[in-house]
Formats: sequence, structure tokens, C-alpha cells
Amino acid sequence: MLKALLQRFGQTVFVLFGISVLVFLVFFATPGADPTSRIAGKNASPETIAKVRQEYGFDRPLPVQYATMMKKLFITQDLTSYANRGEKVVPELIKAAPVTLSLATGGAVIWVVVSILMGTVAAAFRGTWIDRTLMAIGLIGISIPVFWLGQVANLITQARYHDTWLFSWVPALGYVPFAESPVGWFKALIIPWCTLAVLFIGVYARVLRSDLVTVSGEDFMRTARAKGLSPTRVLLVHGLRTSMITFVSLFGMDFAQLIGGGALLTEVVFGLQGVGRLTYQALSALDLPLIMASVMYSAVFVVLANALVDVIYIFLDPRVRDGR
Amino acid sequence: MAGDAPLLDVRDLCVSFRSGGRDVPIIENVSFTVCEREILGIVGESGSGKSVTAMAIMRLIDDPGVSLRGSVRFRGQELTTLPQKAFRHIRGREIAMIFQDPMTAFTPVYTIGWQIDEAIRVHERVSKSEARTRTVRLLGDMGVPDPERTANRYPHQLSGGLRQRAMIAMALSCNPALLIADEPTTALDVTVQAQILDLLRNLRTDYGSAVMLITHDMGVVAETCDHVMVLYSGRVAERGPASAIFTQPAHPYTAALLDSIPPLTGPRPMRLPSIAGVPPAPLERPPGCAFAPRCHYAHDACSVLPPLVRFAEQDVACILPGEGKALPPRILHGAEA
Amino acid sequence: MTDILKAIELRKDYRLPRGKTLRALDNVSLTVRSGEVLGLVGESGCGKSTLGRCLLRLTDLTSGTILFEDQDISRTNERALRPVRRQMQMVFQDSYAALNPKRRIGDLLAEPLRVHPDKNGQKRSRQVIEARLDELMDLVSLPRSALARYPHEFSGGQRQRINIARALALSPRLIVADEPVSALDVSVQAQIVNLFTDLKEQLGLTYVFIAHDLAVVRQISTRVAVMYLGAIVELGDTDTVMQRPAHPYTAALISAVPEPVIGASDRRILLHGDVPSPVSPPSGCRFHTRCPKAEKRCSEEAPLLRSIDEGHEVSCHFPNL
Repeated sequence: MLKALLQRFGQTVFVLFGISVLVFLVFFATPGADPTSRIAGKNASPETIAKVRQEYGFDRPLPVQYATMMKKLFITQDLTSYANRGEKVVPELIKAAPVTLSLATGGAVIWVVVSILMGTVAAAFRGTWIDRTLMAIGLIGISIPVFWLGQVANLITQARYHDTWLFSWVPALGYVPFAESPVGWFKALIIPWCTLAVLFIGVYARVLRSDLVTVSGEDFMRTARAKGLSPTRVLLVHGLRTSMITFVSLFGMDFAQLIGGGALLTEVVFGLQGVGRLTYQALSALDLPLIMASVMYSAVFVVLANALVDVIYIFLDPRVRDGR
Repeated sequence: MAGDAPLLDVRDLCVSFRSGGRDVPIIENVSFTVCEREILGIVGESGSGKSVTAMAIMRLIDDPGVSLRGSVRFRGQELTTLPQKAFRHIRGREIAMIFQDPMTAFTPVYTIGWQIDEAIRVHERVSKSEARTRTVRLLGDMGVPDPERTANRYPHQLSGGLRQRAMIAMALSCNPALLIADEPTTALDVTVQAQILDLLRNLRTDYGSAVMLITHDMGVVAETCDHVMVLYSGRVAERGPASAIFTQPAHPYTAALLDSIPPLTGPRPMRLPSIAGVPPAPLERPPGCAFAPRCHYAHDACSVLPPLVRFAEQDVACILPGEGKALPPRILHGAEA
Repeated sequence: MTDILKAIELRKDYRLPRGKTLRALDNVSLTVRSGEVLGLVGESGCGKSTLGRCLLRLTDLTSGTILFEDQDISRTNERALRPVRRQMQMVFQDSYAALNPKRRIGDLLAEPLRVHPDKNGQKRSRQVIEARLDELMDLVSLPRSALARYPHEFSGGQRQRINIARALALSPRLIVADEPVSALDVSVQAQIVNLFTDLKEQLGLTYVFIAHDLAVVRQISTRVAVMYLGAIVELGDTDTVMQRPAHPYTAALISAVPEPVIGASDRRILLHGDVPSPVSPPSGCRFHTRCPKAEKRCSEEAPLLRSIDEGHEVSCHFPNL
């Protein structure tokens, strides 16, 4: 167990190192990215530029610059932005993280529950109109662009029908911290959650249905029926658990990606100051410290989510436990 | 035994599936009976319809394109028209089934014991611990060493032989009157196969169960079964007591099939007597005898479908006995028989 | 009779996760004589397929030596092995998986002829290749029209004929056939066994014939090697081994084969339990856990393969003599 943990930790460090070096090198290889002139401002005198260069250490060799940045990011945590002078990036990220975490988690709960329901029902009634209808709905969900759906949701709940009984409870756009008001938090996020979940529901329901259909042709499903079990029990107890493997793998990737900033469009549409938005800002300002911090942050989550998926595998399938 | 009403009475069972607007017959007019405590062997090559027969009796074919005709009576009760819900009480309790590949026949994510408990609890109102006691006893009876520990293990942690024993234990968990075994030893090694066949042979005395043993292996039939039904291309070629069929097969197919098995004792032939060609696909089945194109004895009269006729102790779908040209008894080498 | 292939103390280990090792072959030595059919029998996990693949260097050895016509090929690299590869071919169990489903039979069979140069080191011309393809079809009794068709259009038996034709394309001297008939129906199996016999007579081939079915092995082989858990336990002339098995395992294996004769099962030796896992084989004699004759010595000391009669070797402390 300890060995496995250490192994995973080693992997994480390795992944973080690789990604950070890559980000660092790409940044300095990008034309026009030289941070000195940006920090020094337009029409700065050569002396100012030289001073900035020296102050920020841009005149030192790249490995040293890299090491300094890593030290400031991970150890002293006082890495400052290049774009907004003096602004520390770590607190910035810590402020944005709960927003994205709330958004992604809530969305995930909705999409997991709904897609399992839809996929299972569709598989149980496969070939009938119920199956076809559910899968068509799923396909529509996949096809709708998130920002369009978000805008329409806003239009309906914030403007058009905001004054009707149906949507008068919807608060103004923006995030309400959970600690401040759990109800407010929930109200502020429920519509973004649903918007975010729609796409994933479509994908996951289809994946689950097709896995369930595949599994229903397996020998052990036939054994379960030959035992005299009811079709419902055969499907739910013997089929569902064995067909969750792809579902779980997909979930690990998607969830990690969302937490790491992949929910950018949803965040923008609903005015949520999350990690996605932060990353976007950093990228448009070519602000290396912020880019570096947010990339590191999302890499950590990808690794964590993969670890979580492995744990779920072990729970789902005893064969994984024995390393087969 | 012969005087009793049969346990299972299958009459004119036909299974066909629709493909490209046509009905493709898989099995045609298969009839047979299984008596209490009898072991019936159903033999045939791949595509002969032996597994489909079993699946049809268990009503495990749920493809909407498949149509089923004929009658299956179990203790006088018609099974084909029984509502699904009522049939579930028979499936697994009165008629149980085991399958070829014990590797894939257990759900991989639950323990063996859990799955046997489930089989018991779905048919009987017993507590979890009562079910487990019975599971452990069954596993022990099936020759599983350390049954209590084995019950808590997952399918992949057991060897093929143990898995098949556990499978049989699960099938016997509700004391079925009939056990359908579909190629139960095909995936096993020969020394393990011998153990499992031994186990199946003893079921009638230990559990009072009749067995319907489906196999492609004539040797397995000879060692295990009382009665034999030989299927060829979805039709009954021959059926009767094993002792009769293995000494004097009446259908040229049975005879040729037995001849083509390399002998284990006696002189080695230079070449094996083989049957030329392959069995016809369902849609290419000739209107007359399906074996005629591969048969040494085929003549004009074979272009009409031969009915099952009585010859000696067996029923044969061949025209030869009626023409007074019955096949000679089998020549056996070595010390046996 | 000359030796065509000689294997000396072959060892093959597979690394498993968690630092375990599976010893698939443990000190296996045997010779294949020119013109003979050497049958390799044993139950799953006994290493017979691994041995077949090692003999042809399709799998690398952990240690040991393989001599093909006195040339050491056990460490030769792939390039230097190519001229030898022409001389030895393999036929597999799964006739379908062994053929690329997207290519015509003619293409599949022509490929080795295009890749390998002929005896004089020349590239074969199209006419030569086409003539050879027709010849191959005749050899395996398939119509020449088969060359234009795809693998899925054939039955299992026909596909196995195609696989044999492919193995024969370069006129090899040795063919290793790994369970070539076990996926086939009995009536078709007899056809293919006969084909192997005919081809051997016609072309003067040597076979290593791997199978779990003792009756088939007896039918085709001149000598038999019985394997158990990665080692040869008995080796000798087919008739000797089948009629007077010296190793208790061979005796049990033969007696376990169900024969299509009523009453044949009466003299069965029933072994207990399953074959142990090759990952943790028993100490001493590997068969002692299931052996009806096992004594204390058997669990402590591993018996060596020794000659008990002319050309009859057995590894047992207490062989049936």
C-alpha cells in the first residue's frame, strides 16, 4: 500500500516537472513573449528595461530562472504576476479554486445520476421507442454548444421570465461562497450546473448504454438469467456494475479537466470567477507566472483524479485488486 | 425407468430466425424425452443446433427475430407458453443449466459464494446465513477443497476445474430435477474433465437429478450417458440407448463420426476414415437427407426427407434400415467392449 | 536418421507483475530427427506451446541452446535468422486469426514468396509465384479459384488448409504445428490430420506436432514427448509411450481420455485436483501433489529425465516398468 502511494507520488512529481518545463520552454520560445518590455511598459528607457531585467532575473540562464520560479511557486508561494505588478498568483488561484470546484462537482453529480438513469433505461428497453427517444435526447445534448445554452438559460431566467413565479428565485449572475450562505450557493449554481451537465449527460448515457448492451451478450448475464433472476436484477446487479469501467475512466478524465479549468465557457457565461477564467486571462496577457500556476494546479487534479479512478476500479472490479 | 412419464418431453421443436426477409431454420422438428435420473447426451458438430435446443428449452433466446415452434413439456406442464414470470420459478429451480466456459460464466465482480447464495435466495425464503451454510455444503459436496474459503473468492482466483465445480454447485443449489450441461468439459483439461464427468455421473444418485449433456465429444457421451441423440444440421439423425448406438450405429453419419475419431488403442490406421466436405449451412440444407451429399450410401431415395424410423433399439432418420440395408456393427479394436 | 533440430537445456521465464516469475520451460532438452513426427502433449500451462515457439525462435529464450542442422540459432539476430526461417514454419490453432481478413488468399500466400529470394538468391518472377500458388492449392486440395477469395469465405477446415499452404510456400523442412486441429469438428479434424500425413510422405517433411488430444497425437506421431508444468516427463516411441507409459502422469493422462466405446471408463486412474500454478510449482517432482504413487522422496528431490529403455526416457523416481 505504502509502496503504491509512494509510486503515485513519484509519478505526480514527474508529471508536474515535465509539464512545467514544457510550459516554461514554450513560453520563452514564443515570439513577442519577452516579459521585460511588458513589465517595463511602452517606450521605457533602456535603463528601465535593464533594471527590470535585472530585478526579475531575466538576464540569468533559463535553468536558473526556472528553478527560481518553481521555488517561488511551491516553497515561498510569493510568485508575482508579470501583468499586474505585485499581485501574487497563489492567493489568486486559491480564491478561484472553490468556484470551479463547486461548479464541476455539482455538475458532475447531476450528469452521473442522470446519465446512469438514462443509459440503464435505454439499455433495458433497447430497440424500442423509449431507447430511441432517450438516445436522441442525448445526441441533442451533445450537439448544443455550452455557451449558447448558457446564454439562453440566462436570457430566460435573468431577463425574460425573471419576474414570473418560475424563475424569480434565481439570483444575479456570480458566485456565492458556500460558507456565506449554502442556500445562496446552491441557487447561484444550479443553473450553471445543469448547463454544464447537459453535454456530459448525452455522452455518458450513450457510452453506458452501449457498454450495457455489449455486456448483456456475455456468458455471465446468460448464467444470471438461467438462475431464474428477474430481468431487472440481471441488468442492475450483474450488468451495471460490470459495465461501469469505461464510464469511470471517462469520468476521471472529464472531471479532472473541468476542475483544471476546462469549464471556461460556463464560467464566462455565468460570470463565475473560476480557474478557467483565470487561465484565460493569464493566457491573453501572456502572464507566465499565472499560466504556470494554473497549469500546475490542473495537472495536480488530473493526477489526483486518476488516482481516484484507480480506487474506484479496485472497488468495482476485484480482478484489478489482484493485478490481473 | 422406461415406464414412468418422462420428466422432459420435447416434441417437434423448431427454432428459426429471420434474416434478409427469410426464415432460416436452425433446428427442425427435434423431439426427445428425458426421464427422471436419466443422462441424455446430445451430440453434434458445431452448427448442428445442440446448444440452440438447450437455449430454447431454457427460453434463453430473446432475439426478437427468433421464432420458436413445438412443445416442451416439463412434468406435463407446457413451458413454451408459460408467462415469463411463472417460468422464472422453474428456471434455475426445477431446470438448471451450466455452460461451457466456466471462465466467463460467473459475474467477475462478485464472489463465488455470493453468486450461489443469490441463486438460492431468489427461489427460496432463507436467510443469508442459511443460504451460505448451504452454499458451503454444496461446494464441499462438489469436491471443492476448503469450501468456506473458496466461497469468499472471486471467479478469477479459481482454476478452471474449481470454477466448473462451483458452477455445478450453483446449478444444484435448489435441487433441480433436470440439469442441462452445455459442453461442460470442453474448456477443461482432460484429467480435470474426467473428474467433472465423474461428478455428473453421480448426480442422479446423490441429487436425483436427470442430466441433459450437450457435447461434441463422442467419447464423453460413451462414458457418461444412458441415451444419446445425434443431431446433424439441425435435425435428429439418430437417437437411442448409448449401448446400442456405440455398438451398432444405424445412421451413416453416426457411424462415420465414430470412425473418424483416431483410436487410442489397437493398430493405428495409415489414414483416418474421414467425412468429406462440411455440414451444410442452414439455408443450403438439401430438401432431402441433410447428410446425403457427404454420405457413402447416398442414392436417389435420399432426396426425400427420411422420417425417424425404429431400427433395433434406436430411432433413425435414414432410409437404409427400411430398405433392409442396415449398417454393419462397429468393428472395435483392442480389449474393450 | 539425422537430427534436424536439437534443443539443449532450454529455459524460458516470463516476468509477471509484483516481481513474480513464471518458468514456462525448465531445462527442456530434446532432438527432432529428420523425417519424424514428434508429438508434444500435455495439459494447459505445461509449456508445450512455449516450447514450440522457442524452437522456431518466435520467442526469445532465457537460456539454452537451439541447433538447427548443427547451426546455433539460439542467439542469432532476426536478420541472420532469415535464411533459417525459410526452413522452418509454424501452423497455429486459430485458423482465422492467423490470416489477415482484408487480403485475398492469393496475396497472403504470395507474400513470403515475394519477400524471400529463391534458392539461387534471385527474386521470384510473377510467373514463378503464380505457378507456385497453383501448386500449393493442389497440395492442400483446395480449388485454385480459392486464391481470389477472402479468409472469411472459408470454413474452419479450409482455412486451416490455407494456413498449411502458407507454411509450405517456401518449401520448409520443419513445420511446428501448434494445436492445428483442436478448433475443428471431429469429421473435419480427420481430414486435416490425413492432410498432414500425406504432405509429410509427399514432401519429406518433419513435424513437431503440439496437441492436447492424445488420440490425435498418437495417430500422427512417431515419437511423443509428454510435458507437465514446463518440463518433459516422458519421451519415447509413440507405441511404447501409449501402450506402456512409464510415468504415472502419462498413464493417468491416457486413461483420462474419454473413448467412444461403452465401458472404457472402468479402468480410469482419476487424478485429484487441478494442475498447480506454474508460478509456484511444487517442490521436488512437480507431479507429486497429484501422483497416486508419490512418496516422501518425490516432494524433496526432483527426478531427472533418464533413459529406461532404448529411446525411452522418463523423469520419475518410481516409473512403471
